[in-house]
Amino acid sequence: MTTPTSSPSLLKPSRPVGFIGYGAYVPRYRLPAREVARVWTGGRVAGLPVKEKAVPGFDEDVITMSIEAAKNALARAGISPTELRAVWIGSESHPYAVKPSSTVVAEAIGASANIQAGDWEFACKAGTEAIVAAMGFVGSKMADYALVIGMDTAQGKPGDALEYTAAAGGAAYIIGPAENALVIINASYSYVTDTPDFWRREYQKYPEHGVRFTGEPAYFHHITTSAKTLMETLGVTAKDYKWAVFHQPNTKFPQRAAQMLGFTPEQIAPGLLVPVIGNTYSGSSILGLTAILDIAQPGDRILLASFGSGAGSDAFDLTVTDRITERQGKALKTQDYIARRTEIDYAIYARMRGIITMK
Amino acid sequence: MTDIIIAGIGQTDVGEHWDIGLRELAFTAIEAALQDAGGLKPQAMYVGNMLAPNLSHQSHLGALLADFAGLTGIEAATLEAAGASGGAALRQGYLAVKSGLVDVALVVGVEKMTDQVGAGVEEALATAADSDFESVQGLTPSAQAALLMQRYMFEYNVPANGFAGFALTAHANGAGNPHAMFRKAIKPETYQKAEPITPPLNMFDAAPNADGAAALVLTRRDLLPADWPASRPLVKVAASANASDTLALHDRKDPLFFEAVYLATRRAIKQAGITLDQIDFLEYHDAFSIYAALSLESGGFAIRGAGWKMAAEGRISLTSNLPCVTMGGLKARGFAGGATGVYQAVEATTQLRGLAGACQVKDARVGMIQSLGGPASTAVVHILTRL
Repeated sequence: MTTPTSSPSLLKPSRPVGFIGYGAYVPRYRLPAREVARVWTGGRVAGLPVKEKAVPGFDEDVITMSIEAAKNALARAGISPTELRAVWIGSESHPYAVKPSSTVVAEAIGASANIQAGDWEFACKAGTEAIVAAMGFVGSKMADYALVIGMDTAQGKPGDALEYTAAAGGAAYIIGPAENALVIINASYSYVTDTPDFWRREYQKYPEHGVRFTGEPAYFHHITTSAKTLMETLGVTAKDYKWAVFHQPNTKFPQRAAQMLGFTPEQIAPGLLVPVIGNTYSGSSILGLTAILDIAQPGDRILLASFGSGAGSDAFDLTVTDRITERQGKALKTQDYIARRTEIDYAIYARMRGIITMK
Repeated sequence: MTDIIIAGIGQTDVGEHWDIGLRELAFTAIEAALQDAGGLKPQAMYVGNMLAPNLSHQSHLGALLADFAGLTGIEAATLEAAGASGGAALRQGYLAVKSGLVDVALVVGVEKMTDQVGAGVEEALATAADSDFESVQGLTPSAQAALLMQRYMFEYNVPANGFAGFALTAHANGAGNPHAMFRKAIKPETYQKAEPITPPLNMFDAAPNADGAAALVLTRRDLLPADWPASRPLVKVAASANASDTLALHDRKDPLFFEAVYLATRRAIKQAGITLDQIDFLEYHDAFSIYAALSLESGGFAIRGAGWKMAAEGRISLTSNLPCVTMGGLKARGFAGGATGVYQAVEATTQLRGLAGACQVKDARVGMIQSLGGPASTAVVHILTRL
């Protein structure tokens, strides 16, 4: 693919849209990175990428987790689930390869049958392209409300560098007309190239990755390009934003991306969750956003840039409205989920994640 | 005896060239060398490469690169001696021209080590060791070096961080080499805090795998183009020697002595008619810091057990009596596999021409380069001098 030399136009719908509800979910179990190090490197704790990661319980999967996040989003939206006209879930760990998670979730939360539904995939950003689609769905007046979820129970290959960070969690957003919105989506921009930094073939259990190749040519190139293009086209810089949140595969990458784009550590602090919950893949940037929204004030401007391997980045320019204050508290906050913590060791983790071969 | 001149040199930056293929990388260096040689046309091409069949699924580089360089029809073949492939290719070019059977020889070293990751690369590198008795047991090149370093430190009471001087010197010099992979000096604390790879080796005791290509053109002095500028310094190959030792470490009479380095160095200085103290700079093969120490000792530049001290006491710096790794060495330039021996020759030529800039060794007239395969199971030594 070639990048056109002239500035691309930003993605804006015909009528203004926004998030009318948001909800998080993080499972309670935590595997400390030093536990992984204890098993695999003889306890080498220098330079661990995170403190600990969230691990799904025995009966949890993307479907169960999405249901709870969706209920939180509905509570904040204050609409009936029957008003939803789309339920879209992005993940790289859908419980079925064929049979959408979204139909189970839709029925479980009480949505009607009059819905568009489907599962989305784009490695770690599978939620945000559904947000872009929902912007078009609602923005074109095809419908008023669409539920979008990015959720994952990422599987880390034992002994691999990513085992420290591959985690579970995610967020749900209800997109609706701007008049009811807690957050207005001013514009979006997507940047995509054929960059094979991380992949999993159909019958492979674990993904593979290009080690150092996942950095500069993949994560940094796509996130900085999407964010810069969005900001330059809007005529703004990092100083015009109150908060920023990026895809968080580890602690260092989003910190460095923020620095490259001119954001301060304070701007990304409330949304930087990876040190304590790990990389929630499709949930990553949008879960970080829920933590920001939990403390946001009316008028706060927020930049979000996701990243999905393969590779691409969706950037969003958001503004918080007056309605946030009365609706933040209508569901569990993200920090509540993070504080709800049960530490496990590697043996329990191995049993929970089905790594132990039983036959 | 007619002088064999290095008429042209070329090189690419050493780094992770994910967007440049093997043949394009080689051609960049070839084109630069041919241009630098002022229009000389090679009749033969000798390629130094060790891992392309493994990591790029590509053997038969002689035919491939001759064709891709627009030199279809010339004689071409690859020389393989693990890490010494570049040195072996240089020697082959030298022999061809010296014999009088080839007028102009093109020597090109090329390697792509970073297109693959993980165990596959380790496995490929381990083919340089004894497959049936070392590699099959899980012995990797790093592990070989670690065993030697551990024994050395025990025998000679080397303190912790005693080998830091090799990395410090390499990085300080690499800072002045625009083609080097790492161009920043490092502090002693950086070495001390470095992550262990295979103890006692830490991350700064091992050269980083990288991609790169270097090339040079050899010819007889009387065949230089008529318009060769009289002011342009002439660099000749004053000596060329290749020696082998046991492949497997466990077959060595004395594991802490690189017999092949000793033999090749002695042969080379005899050919050149010089003594060791006449060498103005030395490019040893610092795939691992322990190999640098053992090369200094086995070559006769330091007494046994004191090689590490030379580095620790700054006696290999650019301003010392024996500047080493003057443009970064394998550690800071980057380890571009079989291309290394040719990079060493290109850098030595640059020094002797007086064009090394920030890396320049004052009044450099005689340089020695040593290209090693494995723990000096092969050692190829050349002496280059300025006429």
